[in-house]
Amino acid sequence: MANDRFTGTSSYIATEDLTMAVNAAVTLQRPILVKGEPGTGKTQLAIEVAESLGRPLYEWHIKSTTKAQQGLYEYDAVARLRDSQLGDDKVHDISNYIVRGKVWEAFESEEQPVLLIDEIDKADIEFPNDLLQELDRMEFFVYETKKLVSAKHRPIIVITSNNEKELPDAFLRRCFFHYIKFPDQETMSQIVDVHFPGLKKELLSEALNAFYKVRDVRGLKKKPSTSELLDWIKLLLAEDIPPEALRGENSSNAIPPLYGALLKNEQDVHLFEQLVFLDRRNNPQ
Amino acid sequence: MLIPFFYMLREGGMKTSVTELLTLHEALQAGLAGQSVDDFYFLARAALVKDESHLDRFDRIFGAYFKGVDDSLSDLMQDIPEEWLRRQAELSLSEEERALIESMGGFDELMKALQERLDEQDERHEGGNKWIGTAGTSPFGAYGFNPEGVRIGQEGSRNRSAVKVWDKREYRDLDDSVELGTRNIKVALRRLRKFAREGAADQLDLDDTIDKTARNAGLLDIRMIPERHNAVKVLLCLDIGGSMDDHVRICEEMFSAARSEFKHLEYFYFHNFVYENMWKDNRRRQSEKTSTLDITHKYASDYKLVFVGDATMSPYEIAYPGGSVEHWNEEAGAVWMQRLLRTYPKAIWLNPEPQARWDYTPSVKLVRDLMDDRMYPLTIAGLDDGIRSLR
Repeated sequence: MANDRFTGTSSYIATEDLTMAVNAAVTLQRPILVKGEPGTGKTQLAIEVAESLGRPLYEWHIKSTTKAQQGLYEYDAVARLRDSQLGDDKVHDISNYIVRGKVWEAFESEEQPVLLIDEIDKADIEFPNDLLQELDRMEFFVYETKKLVSAKHRPIIVITSNNEKELPDAFLRRCFFHYIKFPDQETMSQIVDVHFPGLKKELLSEALNAFYKVRDVRGLKKKPSTSELLDWIKLLLAEDIPPEALRGENSSNAIPPLYGALLKNEQDVHLFEQLVFLDRRNNPQ
Repeated sequence: MLIPFFYMLREGGMKTSVTELLTLHEALQAGLAGQSVDDFYFLARAALVKDESHLDRFDRIFGAYFKGVDDSLSDLMQDIPEEWLRRQAELSLSEEERALIESMGGFDELMKALQERLDEQDERHEGGNKWIGTAGTSPFGAYGFNPEGVRIGQEGSRNRSAVKVWDKREYRDLDDSVELGTRNIKVALRRLRKFAREGAADQLDLDDTIDKTARNAGLLDIRMIPERHNAVKVLLCLDIGGSMDDHVRICEEMFSAARSEFKHLEYFYFHNFVYENMWKDNRRRQSEKTSTLDITHKYASDYKLVFVGDATMSPYEIAYPGGSVEHWNEEAGAVWMQRLLRTYPKAIWLNPEPQARWDYTPSVKLVRDLMDDRMYPLTIAGLDDGIRSLR
């Protein structure tokens, strides 16, 4: 059991509640559903879980056109048609044309794998319902070959969602759930620390101050998230910007340098500039 | 040991299921929580809460249960309804009515009195008696009542909603069975789409033919599909004002989302019942009316007529000339309804009120009779039935 506990990795800071949710899911072999603001490391979680437990990772990225069946297997009828026209002998065995999906691959894995079903809310609304049985029993039936495929080892399933669609209750009941809160300043400095180990204390705290100030601006369409902060710090380091520049002469009305990395939306940038401008006019130095 | 907690969660309006409770027990048995309360809290949260909007509620209930304080639960139950009620009331009150309430000592006073009265009423009528209908006049006199059948505003239905919200059991219904939520709307849309695509299978489905032929190892297997009939024309008439506003919004969203599936979608508003005029823009309902006669002339009889309304009003409003609450109507609403139905044989009435409550309102029965029983609840099943009868 000891090595089966997920505690975060050298490059991923997991809060206590997140580790608990992950460990519960691992121990009870239930899927874990992770939600949270974009850029808080939902997808990263599966990668880190796989890495920290030393398990193979299978990633299934969902698009709006993805069908549940595609994760299991697909029957490549066109290839079979072509082969039949060419008189290929393969054509007599239908199993030559069954293409395995990610779920099948994960089921066949020799050791317990981690299966990431990324952005499940992108898919059609019935998608989660179509996977209920497969996730519950960890087996499915291939109609073409009349074969039952069951998992050798029940995979650790990590499902992420961005809340674009509501998920059906029946599906939710089978999962553990964790909502990744936006990290507080303390956790955030830990996160930055694992990504930029040599960062000067002063720069870090100034950067975080500036970052949370931007986040606090009301009416932003897309608040900057952890991944944007990390990009921004990378930029600051590359440009070799001193901590003093972040502070500005008057902390309340300074525009942080390179703020384009934090604000990804034209209107947001505009709003932000306007606010700073107003602020300057009201508090002239 | 967790069973009382489980019921407390459910009482608090969370949709925690037995499966989830069992999962939690399983996890405890596996020794996941260890000895710390924090761990137990995280574990319970991951197992029992599946929606981040319920996290706060869970926290409060968890706190209340494990500190042995149940007061917070009753807070929880009472906070929300009042807010909701206030919003509802603000929606459905006119300026004059609001002024009247102010003169009665303000909304809060009124609500307090109302709640006291309701508590009393609740105890006395615990057999499921529908006291609402009969007691409707006295406690709520402050904001308008009906002496001798003269209706002022939306009085009848407002009384109803007030009672509904304060009654805990009903409130819970409201919370977890929102009849048509976002998810449901999409499912419901499918039904509409289906009926927009109905027809004889007379077109070659190339993709499916290739697919099926290939599956057949090259033997031709021709597949036909119905032509995508976009011939469905819908005339949507929405009851607007007061209690109906929320439902109207849902319906508008639903139908306009399905708009591309119809050849035409026209919508009109009415208040309580159809008379000689309807209007397209609710803000200019007095100035820009469309005569109902014009509507019947302009839109041919192959339009399908869909009414959305709670059909809850005084029977006078349907049966007698001059019964309208808003203006003097020369001809009874029923006459206008019959005219419309003669022009549009395919018609249904969607009622957002739960079907079980229809029998308590005489006007609903009147409308149902007029509609030849083609009234359906605004639920997935109701929509399904309704659309079937429109075909």
